Amino acid sequence: MNIDDLTQSTGEWLRGDGPMSDVVVSSRIRLARNLAEHPFLSTADAVERTEIYRCLSHAIASTAAGADDILVDLETADAVDRSLLVERHLISRQHAAGEGSRGVAISPSESRAVMINEEDHLRLQGLRSGLQLEALWTEINAFDDALSKNLPFAFDRQLGYLTACPTNVGTGIRVSVMLHLPALRLTKEIERVARAAKDLRLAVRGTYGEGTEAVGDLYQVSNQITLGKSEDAIISTFSETIIPNIVGYERTARESLAKHHASQLDDRIWRAFGVLSNARRISSGETQSLLSPVRMGIQMGRFKEFDLATLHELFLYTQSAHLQKLHGRTLDEDQRAVARADYIRKRLA
Amino acid sequence: MVCQHCNQSKATVHITDTLPEKREQHLCDECAEKAGVIIKQTHHTTNEILKQFIKHKAGLGIGDDLACPKCGLTFKEFQLKGQLGCPHDYVAFAALLTPLIQRAHEGGTHHVGKVPPTADATIKKHTGLLRLRRELQEAIEQENFERAARVRDQIRTMEN
Repeated sequence: MNIDDLTQSTGEWLRGDGPMSDVVVSSRIRLARNLAEHPFLSTADAVERTEIYRCLSHAIASTAAGADDILVDLETADAVDRSLLVERHLISRQHAAGEGSRGVAISPSESRAVMINEEDHLRLQGLRSGLQLEALWTEINAFDDALSKNLPFAFDRQLGYLTACPTNVGTGIRVSVMLHLPALRLTKEIERVARAAKDLRLAVRGTYGEGTEAVGDLYQVSNQITLGKSEDAIISTFSETIIPNIVGYERTARESLAKHHASQLDDRIWRAFGVLSNARRISSGETQSLLSPVRMGIQMGRFKEFDLATLHELFLYTQSAHLQKLHGRTLDEDQRAVARADYIRKRLA
Repeated sequence: MVCQHCNQSKATVHITDTLPEKREQHLCDECAEKAGVIIKQTHHTTNEILKQFIKHKAGLGIGDDLACPKCGLTFKEFQLKGQLGCPHDYVAFAALLTPLIQRAHEGGTHHVGKVPPTADATIKKHTGLLRLRRELQEAIEQENFERAARVRDQIRTMEN
């Protein structure tokens, strides 16, 4: 299996099922780990970096769970392939743009992606559609155990797992849940939710993590505190309190829109569909903004022209790297705008 | 006491610096925040806190020359990059990092989570006890005495 095989499906995080999937797009858990015997990457030289990469990629392939993983060497991968992995949420933008020996090991179902030599030596990530944090934790924890058998991770009795940035020290865990919140944005309550989340020391970010805009009403909520709380405590706060509360607000806002502003709501959904199925040129940003009300329409049972699986295909394959993969060649921005509109029209015809 | 800086509001933040020389400061909330001494808890991400903290410490020039004997990284380089050089930096810069870590993790100072399966038994026990004591405290605060009794028994079993 290789990168091109990945483009045959939309991957795990866009399956569209799982608990609360009307609002929760996907769940992600990431663990940061470093080898005790090596310096962190900010001071590691090229030789050490290569040695860390070799050692970790070998360790991953040696585990029972990781034996079939696809290992992508990002130092040699071309720019389109690297962007493709970002669009599929398998690596961070920083990792795609990084330098030197680095890579990612991806499980065939794309439910696990382990970044090697990103900010830390290892970033183990698990992805699931819908709100499935406990199942994710079980899988990632077991994978971490399997790796720990042969790899001495940097660990301190008081501070826990030692990480390159002190903001990740302790558990090294980041729990992120991606939420689709179009109704909260329409009713202008999103700011209030974001403020409440920040008061709880949670980060609220755009689709592609730190420093990115919330395109298509997709927001990522994640923990920031990693020391002084156990993994179970952090996860259960998310799955029992934080996420159900936000999901509740979004559902209430959707009901209120349907009750008091039904014609405006339907107008928004159908206009979006109208542009998507007729445009001759369209940007990636506009596509995602238009897919947002349509997704809400499908989830609310108000729009039945196509289903969620088709929507997710449109969502993924209209992004720049995927579009270029479909065409089998590089396209400049201008060509992409035309190719994107063509693809959508054909898919919806 | 009135704020030394604006001479208007009530001084609510009192600081005693011991390095490079002993000096006392009395500031109001607003001036203290402007000076980067305190950070209002709301609406700041951990990275913002880190940046503000580093900026403040950098301004004072404290620990600039301190270097890790293992990787050679100086504290000043850490302030610039925001990244440590090796696991030993946590020991080498402990005095300067501890308040930063505490601030970034809302007072968290001790790991109570997972311990590597290969770690020795004393570390596992130590972390396990810390976690259970925290759980006991939470149960008592929530007046969940049934759970508190259960956790207390677990602590006793582990201690013996």
